[in-house]
Amino acid sequence: MSEGISQPDAPVQAEGNATDLFSKFDSLIQQREALLANGVEDPFSLVMEKVLSPTRAVCNGRDTILLGTYNYMGMTFDPDVIAAGKQALDDFGSGTTGSRVLNGTYGGHRDCEQALREFYDMDHAMVFSTGYQANLGIISTVAGKGDYVVLDIDSHASIYDGCALGNAEIVAFRHNDIDSLDKRLGRIPEGAGKLVVLEGVYSMLGDVAPLKDMIAVCKKHGAMVLVDEAHSMGFIGPNGRGVAEEQGVIDDVDFIIGTFSKSVGTVGGFCVSNHPKFEILRLVCRPYVFTASLPPSVVATAATSIRKLMQGTEKRAHLWENSKRLHGGLKALGFQLGTEEPQSAIVAVIMPDLERGAAMWEALLKEGLYVNLARPPATPANMTLLRCSLCAEHTAEEVETILGMFERAGKAVGII
Amino acid sequence: MDRTDVDERIRTLIEPSNKKGVDIGDGTSFAGDLEFDSLTVMDFVAAIEDEFDIIISMNQQAEIETYGQLVDAVCRLQND
Repeated sequence: MSEGISQPDAPVQAEGNATDLFSKFDSLIQQREALLANGVEDPFSLVMEKVLSPTRAVCNGRDTILLGTYNYMGMTFDPDVIAAGKQALDDFGSGTTGSRVLNGTYGGHRDCEQALREFYDMDHAMVFSTGYQANLGIISTVAGKGDYVVLDIDSHASIYDGCALGNAEIVAFRHNDIDSLDKRLGRIPEGAGKLVVLEGVYSMLGDVAPLKDMIAVCKKHGAMVLVDEAHSMGFIGPNGRGVAEEQGVIDDVDFIIGTFSKSVGTVGGFCVSNHPKFEILRLVCRPYVFTASLPPSVVATAATSIRKLMQGTEKRAHLWENSKRLHGGLKALGFQLGTEEPQSAIVAVIMPDLERGAAMWEALLKEGLYVNLARPPATPANMTLLRCSLCAEHTAEEVETILGMFERAGKAVGII
Repeated sequence: MDRTDVDERIRTLIEPSNKKGVDIGDGTSFAGDLEFDSLTVMDFVAAIEDEFDIIISMNQQAEIETYGQLVDAVCRLQND
């Protein structure tokens, strides 16, 4: 063996332990390895091999009831929705290959915005390629340098990222705390622009915001109000317009943000507004301009689904029944839940720690039930949650089956 | 209010969050020495904001790493 081969050019470093830009992820890598070393199925790499309906799929080889998809209104297999998508694929092709402001606005995009204006009874609608981008774009563009964005501390990542992308001053208030919001708005310097960002339903615990009182406080201080209704569209409010409609304050909301990837059943995001100058945002909003528009099939399915949701009164009533039964049943079994009463189609089951949360998640999967495992830092107060989101297509019998699965899994893991 | 008064009042406010009983000086860091997590920071900042009737935006919080920097920032915000 020559000396040249046994003497490397660079200093010797044990493989895998080298310090580089990835070193900051080491603690997370170790936490994951420790969790998986117990033999638990990886909660973050589940594969659905076959999707049978809005509520059933074959997951990791097992026939599974889906209880963590946000497919609240079960529109993903609606025959009219599917037909509209197929027709658009045939007529307009698989993609637009362009920005909304250049070659990426087809008739279907305009029609989808028209469907949103009808659904919300508002003057303007702007469709983004994802819900994430809708928050990113509107918040970063509307609030500029010297302005203030005031947000709930438990806001979704897309809201925080919208703040990070913009140049405004960011001020957080305690979750759903009207007094905390009032105080912070009162301390903002005279003359500064103010945007308050709220959510109708907070997706981690499934709790609803006291929008009526909060929006009154915002108006008292002359602030504009943005409400993210991602988890309430289609379901909450007499016309499914969300929590602001349910609480009778939708006319005082300046911007509603929403998504197509929950009740609407496809992908995409939007903002609706009555602001007279709203249309200028199409030219100045970077996450709208500098990305390709949604494929024609997606906007066609979205428009069809949105118009059908306007007639969804019976489905909404059944979804409420499902939510109430699951919430009441889990509570009676002795599980600790995110809210005292059911407030939305999300029922969050609080786990004692990540290890038992992951064990419970796996036990449920083996029973044939999929729920979302949510863990810090995405969760409030460092909680580990099993988040259940119900669908209007879950039958009453399925909800009973689900409760039986929770009972067996909870006893096996020792949580109840 | 001079820096000594601000320092004294912040010292009182930090007490409930200083669970390890760290001896606090201007160079004491919130993340490293006091091991504040995001929830503790939220409560602590809210307490200071209420005490001095000021806003410490998240942008400003990101610039504050040590106790001394916090006292300086509060003094500055008071005079704005």
